[in-house]
Amino acid sequence: MEEVVNNLRTIVIVLGLLCFVAICYWAYSKHAQAGFDEAARLPLADDDLPASPADKEGMTNG
Amino acid sequence: MQSQTTYNYKVVRQFTIMTVVWGIVGMLVGVIVAAQLVWPGLNVLEYLHFGRLRPLHTNAVIFAFGGCALFATSFYVVQRTCHTRLFAPGLASFVFWGWQLIIVAAAVTLPLGITTGKEYAELEWPIDIAIAIVWVSYAIVFFGTVATRKVSHIYVANWFYGAFIIAVALLHIVNSAEIPVSLFKSYSAYGGVRDAMVQWWYGHNAVGFFLTAGFLGMMYYFVPKQADRPIYSYRLSVVHFWALIFTYMWAGPHHLHYTALPDWAQSVGMLFSLILLAPSWGGMINGIMTLSGAWHKLRTDPILKFMITSLSFYGMSTFEGPMMSIKSVNALSHYTDWTVGHVHSGALGWVALISIGAVYFLLPRLYGKTEMYSTKLVNTHFWIATVGIVLYIASMWIAGVMQGLMWRATSADGTLSYEFVESVKATYPFWTIRLVGGALFLVGMLVMFYNMLKTIAGAKAYNAPVVAPAAAHA
Repeated sequence: MEEVVNNLRTIVIVLGLLCFVAICYWAYSKHAQAGFDEAARLPLADDDLPASPADKEGMTNG
Repeated sequence: MQSQTTYNYKVVRQFTIMTVVWGIVGMLVGVIVAAQLVWPGLNVLEYLHFGRLRPLHTNAVIFAFGGCALFATSFYVVQRTCHTRLFAPGLASFVFWGWQLIIVAAAVTLPLGITTGKEYAELEWPIDIAIAIVWVSYAIVFFGTVATRKVSHIYVANWFYGAFIIAVALLHIVNSAEIPVSLFKSYSAYGGVRDAMVQWWYGHNAVGFFLTAGFLGMMYYFVPKQADRPIYSYRLSVVHFWALIFTYMWAGPHHLHYTALPDWAQSVGMLFSLILLAPSWGGMINGIMTLSGAWHKLRTDPILKFMITSLSFYGMSTFEGPMMSIKSVNALSHYTDWTVGHVHSGALGWVALISIGAVYFLLPRLYGKTEMYSTKLVNTHFWIATVGIVLYIASMWIAGVMQGLMWRATSADGTLSYEFVESVKATYPFWTIRLVGGALFLVGMLVMFYNMLKTIAGAKAYNAPVVAPAAAHA
């Protein structure tokens, strides 16, 4: 039983490392770059400042 | 456009205001315990003793101040970056009121001496259950909003917030496993050194996921917004996110160097703490370099000053931490005030400054304004806070190294050179400087409170309309 648990521990650690290496490989692939550029613009493309005072009258509901 | 749906800013507003309020309360208690060390006569009444107020201070600043800041910003960021209204608004309200109730329960039970005695997990079992319920509700609201997003990408800030929410649930539930013997007393389900290991697995991951991942989520939204530039490297944010997730869980044993914990476990803890330097600095570099080409903005924008200075302190404390986890360094630093200085370099420098920056960003937007009542006062706050932090951590470094050296000094005949009380006496001047530093930081918070009241006064609560995402094809 103990041997099984210890083997499982080793397997999980190795899989975790492989998983991380795969993530790095993916992140540095050309394929991912376009999506990253788009995602990086996400907060900036969103104008969150209130517009003119007249505009916001209707939005004040607690 | 009258009928247009609006974002749920109400819960964001509530949590934002309570961030400032609990910040003042928690830091005031911190100043009181700092004063008690300088003037032991201030330990009046059993309820207000150092031993009872100290956990109140840590709980209030971490979970009340830091917690409210994380709730407020995560609810704001997840709505804005997913272009959709908050999922289950009723449950979001429950999260707010539930969390406030838990904070009040902590403020009542800790001075009464009701405690489990586990650091940063002192609250007794009925409150632990309440925390679990509120936290699961928080997860439902947050992930429900992510699931109903109108854009295909999940912005990186939400990844950090999401990891923070999942990890804190896991940590809290595992570490709080306890056997109640009465309404206000329970005993840990774990025994001996296992209990210590579970406690510090929890304790260090509370630093890693509550005080780091959550606030990195904040950083990844508010720094690009305030600088008006995209994050320096989105790719780096993905890699350092996963590196943090895979590494933090192992670092806890460095709190138990030279204890009954097996040596190999101590070494694993030290090794992973050293590895942590890389992903931590990945985040710090990513945040600071976002300003590359726009450094001039730092001259005029005090909110950006708060954010960039917080990243500098993050870089400093995540360098200091791995160094302190090295066993030979730890032999000098452990149990001294150096640890206290290190914690506050992270807590005041990183966590508090980034939160304060985010609150200054949010407040005007939540009340239909474009800026705070006084930008000058924001700048004043920045300088008072920064001087306070420097006084605090510099005095604790000196005090800590001095204590460590005094405790280990031996005379030629092998006896200890100093009695413990001599190191206490030698520390008084530094405790006094620390008190001044902490008091300055509190004064900064009071300036913020005034500025907040003036910003809100006469302004109507504002809920911005939900905007459709910008066309994806650029």
